[in-house]
Amino acid sequence: MLLRTAWRRVAAALPAAPGPRPEAPTRGLRLRVADHAPQSAVPSDTAIAPEMESVLRPLYMDVQATTPLDPRVLDAMLPYLVNYYGNPHSRTHAYGWESEAAMERARQQVASLIGADPREIIFTSGATESNNIAIKELEDAIQPDTSLVSIMSVNNEIGVKQPISEIGQICSSRKVYFHTDAAQAVGKIPLDVNDMKIDLMSISGHKIYGPKGVGAIYIRRRPRVRVEALQSGGGQERGMRSGTVPTPLVVGLGAACEVAQQEMEYDHKRISKLAERLIQKIMKSLPDVVMNGDPVHHYPGCINLSFAYVEGESLLMALKDVALSSGSACTSASLEPSYVLRAIGTDEDLAHSSIRFGIGRFTTEEEVDYTVEKCIYHVKRLREMSPLWEMVQDGIDLKSIKWSQH
Amino acid sequence: MAASSRARVLDLYRAMLRESKQFSAYNYRTYAIRKIRDAFRENKNVKDPVEIQTLVNKAKRNLEIIHRQNWPKFWFHKNLVHIRKLSSIVASFFILD
Repeated sequence: MLLRTAWRRVAAALPAAPGPRPEAPTRGLRLRVADHAPQSAVPSDTAIAPEMESVLRPLYMDVQATTPLDPRVLDAMLPYLVNYYGNPHSRTHAYGWESEAAMERARQQVASLIGADPREIIFTSGATESNNIAIKELEDAIQPDTSLVSIMSVNNEIGVKQPISEIGQICSSRKVYFHTDAAQAVGKIPLDVNDMKIDLMSISGHKIYGPKGVGAIYIRRRPRVRVEALQSGGGQERGMRSGTVPTPLVVGLGAACEVAQQEMEYDHKRISKLAERLIQKIMKSLPDVVMNGDPVHHYPGCINLSFAYVEGESLLMALKDVALSSGSACTSASLEPSYVLRAIGTDEDLAHSSIRFGIGRFTTEEEVDYTVEKCIYHVKRLREMSPLWEMVQDGIDLKSIKWSQH
Repeated sequence: MAASSRARVLDLYRAMLRESKQFSAYNYRTYAIRKIRDAFRENKNVKDPVEIQTLVNKAKRNLEIIHRQNWPKFWFHKNLVHIRKLSSIVASFFILD
């Protein structure tokens, strides 16, 4: 309500004639965007106004690394960035009250997505902080046997879905705490903390089309799970995470969760169709392509393919108009092949040639087709240049070669 | 009554598509257009007037959201002659109750 009246006031204050209509940006797949960002954040009075160059930006196919903000989320956040800027912990005036109301509403939105009670949600700065809070609890309850099982719901590199319900059943029957890092899973696959017997869950804002810098941890109340605060101070968030709760960010997280709840089925159907299209087209045109990860228990939006006899990094460089990655963003700086692929027993050479395609809510069929076409072209070209491929074409079994003579 | 509500829904549909075409970001634009088409198509056989009204209200809210989100498209425009008007628009954000 407050939201709408504020917006109406702003709309009324807008000048009647906004002037000549701005030139529409070029339509089409490769968007021309005025690239004035890199110069400097603070415009200097003496600097010449930068020429608005049109720069083609790559297609975004790396949704496991981060996701764009859904426009509905930004719309929910804006009033709290501009107008309702109160500290939600101020108890004595309207700024604090309205900010606190927004925070509690966001808490309810997050809780309803995972079937929890709002009192069980604590806002943090991200899934990493939530994971640390959950794991730290382990040190306080040392028992002879395992005291905490921590599983990722959907792997961010190969997209495999873990059998959370089954693991939850086992953990609750053995009286062991069960924590899951659901950063990639929340809002994409249905999760219910009571059905799946989850005691602790980490949620990340920027993986579900929400803002970066915010997350939440779900901590079960019945039976009570005790965690120790990582960050102590003013006692906010029931003492489990001190520090002012950033209202605009948590409002964004709440809005993202609500949108995800509404869009889950539609998105899942679309993403599955697009994923199927991508895999079929690539597998049909290229031999020796392996999809990493279990094909059945798999989240369709994260496709990890290994192209044999092609180096992953060189393929990434070749596909410069598409934003892709091999392995996870957290480890992208190191040159080692992904530990996940090594853990599932992929051969070294296949692990080095893996690429992760991410399909999300905003990915279009044209983007998928373009990516597939470029991928096929470059893999064929790189294979032509590869001596290993030549040897394989001649019928030599690479495993039989003794690479070092001395 | 049914005829006019049908006309209202169609007007809303056209207005939403028109606003969505204003998104400068390719991904947002295509998503909005696709979602609007799919959502209206999915609900085209709804008969219950209460449900229709709920859906129409939801669509109106989304239309407002799209309209608001496209307003800062000025900021990415080549010709920054509008900067003075722009600052007055931004200033109107800072309304104190």
